[in-house]
Amino acid sequence: MRSFQQRLPDFAARGINVVGISVDPPDINQRQSQKLGYTFPLLSDPKAKVIRRYDVSHPGAGPKSEDIARPAEFLLDSNGIVRWVNLTENIAVRARPEQVLEAFSELKSTGQ
Amino acid sequence: MDFANVTGKIDMKRKWNWPLWLGFIVAVGAMFSYPFFAQFPMTRDFPWANLLLFGIGATLLIGGLFRAFGRPQHYRGKVFGSILSAIAFLFFSFFCYEIFYALRQVPSSSNAPRVGQKAPDFILLDQNGNAVGLGDLLRGPSGPKAVVLIFYRGFW
Repeated sequence: MRSFQQRLPDFAARGINVVGISVDPPDINQRQSQKLGYTFPLLSDPKAKVIRRYDVSHPGAGPKSEDIARPAEFLLDSNGIVRWVNLTENIAVRARPEQVLEAFSELKSTGQ
Repeated sequence: MDFANVTGKIDMKRKWNWPLWLGFIVAVGAMFSYPFFAQFPMTRDFPWANLLLFGIGATLLIGGLFRAFGRPQHYRGKVFGSILSAIAFLFFSFFCYEIFYALRQVPSSSNAPRVGQKAPDFILLDQNGNAVGLGDLLRGPSGPKAVVLIFYRGFW
């Protein structure tokens, strides 16, 4: 997510909100935001309810075998319709901001 | 002729077999530098930097072992070289297991919202304790917005 923070001005310029979602509670998110200099919101889903609703939970993968989110990225248009999805097959390989920006500009060029 | 070797006694004057030690240190570094290289997408998506270090370490260790076993009258390291090499190999095996197996055990998420579907609504607390809904993110104060949702494992 550090790379998304670095490219945040490019997202802002295109009218795209960036937001992170995990099971971390708000106080940890606040600490991490300050520590890493994140200026986009980190949302807290401690019971993984939303994470499960999106079917991106990783059951038992937390430090105390609780359910956490698997890495996943969704690009939604302003109507809330999914326009691009990245479901990695490797925890270490996550979407890069360039991929999302490219997907967004393709949407624009096809007039959607 | 070296009498000590003929009688099987250890000749303490044999040379220090530095490639064994250096190879071992490089192999240990190859494993423990993973958190460092994982900071950069280029060396995280595929851990070639770590594998390169493992390769250098293995080359040095094998070179050192050849010395130790090929010319034992000149070089030390038959025993500790074998031990260091075995430990380095264990590290390498563990690294490969983690990178090429454990990290790939990701659920399939076959029911995740697909392209063209409406994203499920939510309201969650942000890092300041304020409730933020998907609707708020899509509207924004300056007009309609696209939204990138990044689900991540968390820092705990």
